[in-house]
Amino acid sequence: MAHEHKLEIFRGLVKFKSNITKIWGVLIFLTLVTAVEVVLGIIKPESLTGTSFLGMRLLNWIFIILTLVKAYYIAWDFMHLRDEKSALRRAIVWTPIFLVAYLVLILLLEADYVYEVYKNGFVTWNF
Amino acid sequence: MDSTVSTNSEESVWGGGNQPLNASYGKLMMWFFIVSDALTFSGFLASYGFSRFKFIETWPIADEVFTHVPFFHGNYPMIYVAFMTFVLIMSSVTMVLAVDAGHKMKKNAVIWYMFLTIIGGAIFVGSQAWEWATFIKGDYGAIETKGGRILQFVNADTGERAAIADFAKTIPSERNELERNEGVWFMSEPTLPTYSVNEVVEGFKADSNILIRTETINEKGEKTLLTREESLTKLGNATQVVEGANLIHNEYGSRLFADFFFFITGFHGFHVFSGVIINIIIFFNVILGTYEKRGHYEMVEKVGLYWHFVDLVWVFVFTFFYLV
Repeated sequence: MAHEHKLEIFRGLVKFKSNITKIWGVLIFLTLVTAVEVVLGIIKPESLTGTSFLGMRLLNWIFIILTLVKAYYIAWDFMHLRDEKSALRRAIVWTPIFLVAYLVLILLLEADYVYEVYKNGFVTWNF
Repeated sequence: MDSTVSTNSEESVWGGGNQPLNASYGKLMMWFFIVSDALTFSGFLASYGFSRFKFIETWPIADEVFTHVPFFHGNYPMIYVAFMTFVLIMSSVTMVLAVDAGHKMKKNAVIWYMFLTIIGGAIFVGSQAWEWATFIKGDYGAIETKGGRILQFVNADTGERAAIADFAKTIPSERNELERNEGVWFMSEPTLPTYSVNEVVEGFKADSNILIRTETINEKGEKTLLTREESLTKLGNATQVVEGANLIHNEYGSRLFADFFFFITGFHGFHVFSGVIINIIIFFNVILGTYEKRGHYEMVEKVGLYWHFVDLVWVFVFTFFYLV
């Protein structure tokens, strides 16, 4: 069991006095991020929905990045990966990231191909 | 665990000394499980992405599907899911506090924090059940065409959705639901919708204020609205009235959306449910003093890892089902 806690978040920008205050700080941060997501989702600013990057709207990229940020703080502070040995941390984090990135890439490319076939091929499905 | 490792030396086993990686056997196995479960969920979400990209132009818009809050009428997209997310994160916080109190061997604090965690989990599972019930019951009703596409109705003047109950005509007819006791053999049929296709079509013809909305999303990211004439031609393909959603028909749009919604949120809900059960078992063990006798509260830490993982998965489900 890791009894010593690393109490710095945001790369040392914020340092907490105890593990308990750190948890509340992380909670506030996660709540803020979720609030930003919900507000953006309700307003849907024209500037973000209008422009797209790599085939996806900018707004959706923002949602996905904010989700990864939340996932990072849940894993690092709630699941206390921050206090584990870096070898354990890397084994846990990079294995799924590599496999999932590969799977998502393959499936989304394939899905886009099927979409093109439905759209331009001699297939009628929308009637 | 100590008895199974036979090295006496102080050498570094991957940085952890006698315990490789400085993690106990049980904790390491929990991490094995979490990583494999994470891959399972990723598989589900990736296949959701596959189906969505395949039908990228006709996929339902989540903001228009999940618009309800219990005890309130009106249109509040995402508010309730945001609340559910907050409840789950909050119960993660109380779990961390329980683990922290366990490290300090404060039995009563662990009991209270575990209790709050269980309550949070129960609120979340209840909310999810309510979401499901609302989704299954449906809102406005729609027409399904020969091709299995969904046609929804909109008021032309306000642009608001129109429920089929608002404009459908009541035409007296003899159509009764076939029940088991009247069937010749094992014959029965699913519940009939409130209105027949004919009643909806006649009602549509009589009310010039109603337009049809197709599943296709235009450049602005909104569903395409048809003119009166186009709407009438489309209605020629109508085969049945759909109210609510199930695995075969879905009034909100693509049926795959409903299938994935039931499957992924259901699988996640099952995880939360089993998490609550495991938390309850540990809760009673803490009360009975099992971990006090054992000398450490590592078991609380292990279920804590599982509980945070459930929270972690929800963060992704929230994004891919409700936001993106």
